Amino acid sequence: MFRLEDRKIADRIVEKLKKMELQITIMHVCGTHQDTLVRHGLDILLENVGVDVRQGPGCPVCVTTPAEIEEALWLARHGKTVAVFGDMARVPSKTGSLLQAKAEGCDVRVVYSIDDAIKLAEKGKEVVFIGIGFETTAPSTAAALMSAKNENFSVLSCHRTVPPALEALIKMGETKLQGLIEPGHVSTIIGIEPYKKLAAEFKIPQVIAGFEPLDLLMGVYLLAEMIKNGESDVKNEYSRVVRPEGNPRAREAMKEVFVTIDVKWRGFPVIPRSGLEIGERYAQFNARKKYEHILEEVHSQEFEEPEGCRCAEVLRGLCQPVECPFFGTACRPEHPVGPCMVSFEGGCAIEWNYRGRKGGNG
Amino acid sequence: MCLAVPAKILEIHGRKAKVDFGGVYREVDISLVNARAGDYVIVHAGYAIEVLDRATAEETLKLWEEILSQ
Ligand code: SF4
Repeated sequence: MFRLEDRKIADRIVEKLKKMELQITIMHVCGTHQDTLVRHGLDILLENVGVDVRQGPGCPVCVTTPAEIEEALWLARHGKTVAVFGDMARVPSKTGSLLQAKAEGCDVRVVYSIDDAIKLAEKGKEVVFIGIGFETTAPSTAAALMSAKNENFSVLSCHRTVPPALEALIKMGETKLQGLIEPGHVSTIIGIEPYKKLAAEFKIPQVIAGFEPLDLLMGVYLLAEMIKNGESDVKNEYSRVVRPEGNPRAREAMKEVFVTIDVKWRGFPVIPRSGLEIGERYAQFNARKKYEHILEEVHSQEFEEPEGCRCAEVLRGLCQPVECPFFGTACRPEHPVGPCMVSFEGGCAIEWNYRGRKGGNG
Repeated sequence: MCLAVPAKILEIHGRKAKVDFGGVYREVDISLVNARAGDYVIVHAGYAIEVLDRATAEETLKLWEEILSQ
């Protein structure tokens, strides 16, 4: 992936950044960006030229709340077949993880897409799909529900949208962020407009970037230039995939099926209009409505984040995984304490897999 | 996880298409995009969400070179 030719270009970008004599703090909000940064050591390279890149709430599994995981667990323990994306099944919660529930005899299935879950429903069981993800996966849930006919199929929607979280982060102001690297694939859906609004309101420059090492370095370079020149525009480094208008068809599907709600994110308070719940017209597929009687008990309780786990701060860019006392000791991918060590988009798992394992912290 | 590698559409059957992820074949749903056989698509959770624009991909490379030669 990182060819020699690329390495030469990368060196030139880093050289240019160095000449700019930067001292800036920027954030990205994408697990795959974090993966690229750490896998290729770009975070260290950038730090050495005065660019501090923080990771934000870019891991859908990580920002899912303990209460949502408990909802899924409750449904599984009440005899529903729970279909879920792989890493979600391993996230520990107060009463265990979905994988543990499976070991107890519950019917938990790991699926690759919502279509797999619908296929399971075709065999007759009551199937609940746990809908996780940002604008990249929410359209698939919407499109599938628009043509679903199965009465024994429903979705527990934990879908969320990125721009309200960006706004919340900027408003919280815990870190003075001078620019944002925007997630490439979320942007293929939402286009440039939502970022332009943020730029206008908060005077913050942003670059939409792809996932190759050079995409990210180029994205950082374009961002650094804007910061240096005092511009607060939105640039699209990933124009080979992201169109300015995004994907209107996918947005239409989302609008058809979902309504926007205020929702809590792990590590954040309730973020206004950041959640996607299944709307009235598709209410028969809304697991929260369909199984209200089962979920009542969950909804009347509070579920805390695991004690001592610093995922909340990792997700707000305030803490590096290695600063968590559990990192690599009490918390490892084989026995995770928090979701950031479970998901392959989680900051702690990425750090552990590329650097921790090899020594130092292990 | 966002797969940076696009998949090539081999055959289309209604809203489904057989795609090639560099040697790994899968069936994906293409109802959210306007795609034809031969196109490269970005796939998330079994659904194509965008078609790669190859002309722009080449432009990007040119742009990089321009910026770097400044
Ligand atoms: S290392 Fe484990 S306990 Fe610490 S913040 Fe990460 S997931 Fe939480």
